[in-house]
Amino acid sequence: MKARVTVTLKNGILDPQGKAIEGALKSLGVDGIASVRQGKVFDIELAGADKAKAEEALKAAADKLLANTVIENYRVEVL
Amino acid sequence: MKSAVLVFPGINRERDMARALKLASGQESTMVWHAETSLPKGTDLVVVPGGFSYGDYLRCGAIAARSPVMDAVRAFAADGGLVMGVCNGFQILCESGLLPGILMRNAKLKFLCHDVHLRVERSDTAFTRGYNAGQVIRVPIAHGEGNYTADAETLKRLEGDGRVLYRYCSPNGEVGDMHNINGAAASIAGIVSEKGNVLGMMPHPENHVEDIMGCTDGRGLFAGLVEHLERAA
Repeated sequence: MKARVTVTLKNGILDPQGKAIEGALKSLGVDGIASVRQGKVFDIELAGADKAKAEEALKAAADKLLANTVIENYRVEVL
Repeated sequence: MKSAVLVFPGINRERDMARALKLASGQESTMVWHAETSLPKGTDLVVVPGGFSYGDYLRCGAIAARSPVMDAVRAFAADGGLVMGVCNGFQILCESGLLPGILMRNAKLKFLCHDVHLRVERSDTAFTRGYNAGQVIRVPIAHGEGNYTADAETLKRLEGDGRVLYRYCSPNGEVGDMHNINGAAASIAGIVSEKGNVLGMMPHPENHVEDIMGCTDGRGLFAGLVEHLERAA
């Protein structure tokens, strides 16, 4: 079973890297970019076949390690 | 003072730290590998040194904070034991939940490696008793992620409880945006835990303790710790 955990910065948290990327895109002449926020994607392969169990494990993974919930939100998807 | 210096893969300031601790206390510190599940008997102080644990993968300090030895450190801190984290050590202590908040990328995205001035906010703590309140000290920094951030309520509590011990400032002790080298909230360079026994700071006091280093302003921190423990004994 494949899954994806997406970690993004919470609203209001300053993202200097996103800002730098935004600036670079603008200087490249890519049109219509209003703003950029940088995040992380984890593609995870799960051993079992139980979807509910998988979601529970992924949530634990995100809470314990993948995200720092002081500044980040996460989303878990079993694909 | 019996000190234990934690060693994680990628840490590189442990020997500087051990040297400064020996200079202040006359005692050798013990290096403790991250896979250990206990601290040496009779440990007075645990130090989490600087470096790049696990190559700063995921988030600075995130993986080191979850290693086996950190459970022992959490138990030690819960019992009131003194814990001090410098640079990557500060990041590790924040990630481990021993200190609130997090260290983000420097506001101007650059890795900064130079001396800074710090204002010592109070002198009545284990980690500052070697200084006077309001004293300005000069110590080096070397970090890319030292921009301290926490939610508004945490910041208010840190300020209200006097838990900000060190702030970036001018050579005269003025605090302001111009002297806030990495964009940290309220120019915070170092904070303590609620019980006052866990310190985290980005600058490296251990690198300004001998004449050959060009400055000895960092000595006060270590001398203060030795004095604190002698008084408690």
